[in-house]
Amino acid sequence: MNLSDFTHSAYIAGLLGGLLIGIAAALFVLLNGRIAGISGILAGLLQADKGDKTWRVLFLLGMAAAPYVYQIASDLPPVTIEAGTAQLIIAGLLVGLGTSYASGCTSGHGVCGISRGSIRSIAATLTFMMAGIITVYLTRHLIGL
Amino acid sequence: MLNLNAFVVGLLFGLGLIISGMTDPSKVIGFLDLAGAWDPSLAFVMGGAILVGAGAFTVAKKRQRSLLGAPMQLSSATELDKGLLIGSLIFGIGWGLSGFCPGPAVVSAAAGQPKAWIFVASMLAGMALYVMIDRRGK
Repeated sequence: MNLSDFTHSAYIAGLLGGLLIGIAAALFVLLNGRIAGISGILAGLLQADKGDKTWRVLFLLGMAAAPYVYQIASDLPPVTIEAGTAQLIIAGLLVGLGTSYASGCTSGHGVCGISRGSIRSIAATLTFMMAGIITVYLTRHLIGL
Repeated sequence: MLNLNAFVVGLLFGLGLIISGMTDPSKVIGFLDLAGAWDPSLAFVMGGAILVGAGAFTVAKKRQRSLLGAPMQLSSATELDKGLLIGSLIFGIGWGLSGFCPGPAVVSAAAGQPKAWIFVASMLAGMALYVMIDRRGK
């Protein structure tokens, strides 16, 4: 891979997107004193005893606005969802249950938790990455889903 | 002000997910597929985010209140308990099966992807199931 491949590639896009995610997480903790963890923000809406619904709804509305704001500048990048309906339903249940038990997902543990040096978040991130890698290996290379 | 910032942060976060490629499940699965045509580009997403995040959290950890005066709500837990590890394992299996984690799924659903709606509905059901089980345990 030469340099021009790199600069025009998914690596730069990944880095730029990552920096933006980091800026978002930084703004949230510095101004609101909170972790920008998407699973936690969603789960908090389902718990009747959590009185702080307004900022959660606004955060999610901001996320929901993102594809429309992006489209002002450019077409949305193509999205390919290979999983079928049954697979998506099972995966969704596992992600909902798993992130609830683990108190976080890729954003809360993977970005915010590792950024603040939390041992729990480092362990969680290593665990879900390994589980994801093994799952893809089994489904793609052994079963052929 | 806090609510306005929540909206702005959600928007920036969502844009970051789209720009980085995280909203494409086939790309996420390509990143997890070490034995196939491995696409390491998504490692730069977490790298870039932590690069900025580490500075901000170093400042945040030393404060009792945020710059806007809100209480600093950072977990002080350090124990690697069963819930954390088994939960992360279950989450990782679902992530590998679909290529979706919660943030990108929300953005893709908002963009009108019907399959993302199925995933998000099921994920919310999983979260609600946890709330029900958790309440019964108390």
